[in-house]
Amino acid sequence: MTITAQIQPTFEAWRSKARELLRHGVAPENVDWVDASQTASLLAEEPSCYQTTPNASVKVPADFLRLAANVCAHTDERRFDILYRLLHRLTIGGEKHLLSMPSDRDMHQCNAWARAVSRDIHKMHAFVRFRLVGLNESNGREQFVAWFEPEYRITRLAAPFFEKRFASMDWSILTPDACVSWDGEKLTFMPGMSRHDAPSADAHDDLWRTYYRSIFNPARLKVQAMQSEMPMKYWKNLPEATIIHDLIGSSEKRVCTMIATPERPVKPMPDNAYLRTLHQRRTKS
Amino acid sequence: MDLTRKLEILADAAKYDASCASSGAARKDSRDGKGIGSTGGMGICHSYTPDGRCVSLLKVLLTNACLYDCHYCINRRSSNVQRARFTPEEVVQLTLDFYKRNYIEGLFLSSGIVRSADHTMEQVIEVARQLREVHHFRGYIHLKTIPEASQALIDKAGRYADRISINIELPSQQSLDRLAPEKNLTNTKQAMHGIRQRIDESLEAKKAARQILNRPRVKAPAFATGQSTQMIVGADDSSDALVLHRADELYREVRLRRVYYSGFSPIPEPSVLLPIKPPPLVREHRLYQADWLLRFYGFDVGELLPKEEPNLDLDLDPKLAWALRNRAVFPVDINRASQELLWRIPGLGTVNVARILAARRWSRLTLADLQRMRVNLKKVMPFIVAADHRPRIALLESTHLRQHFLPGPRQLELNFNAPPPTTPADAAMALSGQL
Repeated sequence: MTITAQIQPTFEAWRSKARELLRHGVAPENVDWVDASQTASLLAEEPSCYQTTPNASVKVPADFLRLAANVCAHTDERRFDILYRLLHRLTIGGEKHLLSMPSDRDMHQCNAWARAVSRDIHKMHAFVRFRLVGLNESNGREQFVAWFEPEYRITRLAAPFFEKRFASMDWSILTPDACVSWDGEKLTFMPGMSRHDAPSADAHDDLWRTYYRSIFNPARLKVQAMQSEMPMKYWKNLPEATIIHDLIGSSEKRVCTMIATPERPVKPMPDNAYLRTLHQRRTKS
Repeated sequence: MDLTRKLEILADAAKYDASCASSGAARKDSRDGKGIGSTGGMGICHSYTPDGRCVSLLKVLLTNACLYDCHYCINRRSSNVQRARFTPEEVVQLTLDFYKRNYIEGLFLSSGIVRSADHTMEQVIEVARQLREVHHFRGYIHLKTIPEASQALIDKAGRYADRISINIELPSQQSLDRLAPEKNLTNTKQAMHGIRQRIDESLEAKKAARQILNRPRVKAPAFATGQSTQMIVGADDSSDALVLHRADELYREVRLRRVYYSGFSPIPEPSVLLPIKPPPLVREHRLYQADWLLRFYGFDVGELLPKEEPNLDLDLDPKLAWALRNRAVFPVDINRASQELLWRIPGLGTVNVARILAARRWSRLTLADLQRMRVNLKKVMPFIVAADHRPRIALLESTHLRQHFLPGPRQLELNFNAPPPTTPADAAMALSGQL
């Protein structure tokens, strides 16, 4: 008989449900995983549908839990199903070495999802842009807000990094799926918000664009290399992305100007004691 | 001069330094609520510019006024570029403001040489001191060091910085004499040795501190966790062999974390001694690949660059070029060969070799297994034996094998403004270092 496992789409929810199913020895093909946030039906789940008494809890390697945490943050609807099959094979199925088999189909799929999620987390750490919105008058802490659109449900996984780094600021990161804020004491998670709830600019964005424009070298244009690391889907929330087009367009002219510049002659050595010692060293050797 | 204009000039002046790493620093964070920032583990690239380079650190010069006359450099004294100077406070504030908005991982500070090496070094150190001691900044700091500065100042720089570096610039004294007459190779190497010694001492002290049990933690003297350097490629006529021998010597003798190869790129204010040429982007890319083979794949410089071929093949990656010269080594059986031999198979990176070693304990690997590990089959197939595959020996022995790997015909690139195209796969390899 098929059991419907209806869960909120989080790692914690999947883990506790999977643990319960596993203790009853439920085979993966008999579970139908349903994302409760995606279904309107309030299909109440039969609480005592198991035909066996539970076994003692099963141990799984820490590596599996790390993998599962990332996989659960993915949005592919097959993820809970395949993850449970992997867990079942790893434990009841006795395939203990599965985690070191990247060529196994289920491992391959889960690794691919985990990799995509971990890349998304990394990009969130990189591309979140905080905007200063004010000062907390009671304690003098600066308050920052950022808007970010990750590809997967990674807000919880990405948040601890910001806590460590920006512990002395008050900050919030708003995303369509979940929001997180830090007040110096604890992280608070809230439901997603809309882009309009976030500030759209910061007084420093212009200075940052000035830096971005000046550090770019027009003589070695490699647009593809840029895009493979900073895909266009992230551009809409990056203040510097507004000038990328102009930088690319004007680079050819800038290089032509360099080529057309007459070469500068060598100027005579200025009278400087330190410089003299350097040149004496040269003539000695 | 306003701050925006200064930033324009002093970032423009710093962009020819290719170093961008923000990884490998000691773990630190600001959860104690004092100050700001964190480092440790992977570095983060916060943005990318259309030249394909990452923006990780606020990379600026304190001043672009300079006594030296290095002809590849836009800031040399003979150049007519507009000069500017930041005060230490301005750099500190800029770093903090950028950092809080999550634009950057930290600061990379360098400077033109004014008055003397020691005077300049003191100014650079003052910025780092204020960041660390006044603002408790725990982000990444990379300080460019002047080899002629006194050891005491270099030591001080190392105490504030996560990384320090001295640019060797060119691989031989002969080239330096012609293009950078104030620079001295022996002196630079001595300074690097001095830094290595401090890094080693600090590592030893940290180890010792860990071993003292049941006692209050003795804090080891902090020092940068690594040093790196940069070599300019294509400004002089040094061969790749000379460049890589120099790099290899530095990796071994002073244990550099990285050597950056910076293809000499056209600069405004060109020097009469060094006319503008197109940037040798492919050569730079091949040097990085060869560098990776030296550090992580167990290759020697001599194997990659035999005496009769002192320059890398621009059309083929250096491992493939080596394999074509050493075909007797192949085919290699991926189900039996040692790690060292697997590393030598063109198309297999260290990550995939580790996966193969783990997976083959449980089953004999087939081409489909390799494909699931995202191995480039077209590249590896002529060189390997798998459970369901043997290469055609005729192909391995054929004189056409090289043709098999050459990129498709492309127009001769004479147009200066269109550097030879790099495929996305190539670019990804350059970044990950996978060969």
